[in-house]
Amino acid sequence: MSLGQRVSNDHQLARLLQIGVVLEEVVESRAAHHLDSLPPSEQAALDEEVRELLEEAAAESADHRERLEALIDDLDAETVPYEEINALVDARYGPPEDTDGVLYDQLANEETAYKFYDDLIDAIEASEGEFAVDRDRLLETLYEIRAEEREGAEEVTELMEHST
Amino acid sequence: MNTADQYLKAIYLAQRIEEGPASTGTLADLLEVSPASVNEMIGKLEDRDLVEHEKYKGASLTDEGLERAHNALQTYCIIERFLANVLEVEEFRDEARALESVIDDTVAERLDTIIDRPSECPDCFDPERDYCERLEAGADGCVK
Repeated sequence: MSLGQRVSNDHQLARLLQIGVVLEEVVESRAAHHLDSLPPSEQAALDEEVRELLEEAAAESADHRERLEALIDDLDAETVPYEEINALVDARYGPPEDTDGVLYDQLANEETAYKFYDDLIDAIEASEGEFAVDRDRLLETLYEIRAEEREGAEEVTELMEHST
Repeated sequence: MNTADQYLKAIYLAQRIEEGPASTGTLADLLEVSPASVNEMIGKLEDRDLVEHEKYKGASLTDEGLERAHNALQTYCIIERFLANVLEVEEFRDEARALESVIDDTVAERLDTIIDRPSECPDCFDPERDYCERLEAGADGCVK
């Protein structure tokens, strides 16, 4: 058991970045599933905004995934292909009951991703170890992604307030 | 998972292994820390009414401590199962131990949306072998 948040070597860092990629893939896949599941009875103006939000979220996750994959490449590790994660999401996906449910799930996606990057950054900053990937580049990438996750959560919250 | 939750999980597992209060020695072994560190943390958990400690016998979880330990073990099961089944990591037990402090329970919940976990989780966790007895991958990471 390892007590205290710390990333101590390349292997552990690569594994955590792989988990980050999977989380992004889950977000991307769930957003795509939600888009397909929006109920026809609620095709109002709000749904158009929700649709846009989900499309943006999926695109942003794909972008984050690529940036993480570039770091993972430098650590000589591989990632799980999107198709595999999409199939796993598909196997267990239950569409939310309504648009509010979709927004709640999307908020959970963004907040979870934010928390993950926040903890990862803390763990890297707490470590004095050298990594095969440049530390500044690593942290810079993670800071940017974390900031975008925070913005994403704020956008969903705003839309939720709008809809009530 | 924060340090307090890791301790509560270790106490829960030690109680199952020892079929009674968790001794400081067993906890120190499970957590790979010194007995002095264990005693210090047990004192803090006792102050928070999560643990009861009886001199010469050991630590037992209160109802509230048991609930938190259950949740912590569930998070740990998700991490192990995710590593073994999704990332196909052979050394999933060692890696789960190394990563649990960095993976928050909200993150584990999201990972849980893509794994199959028995409904009785975490009762099917085998404390001696340190992984779920229902996990399709065996201790060597191979699918049974």
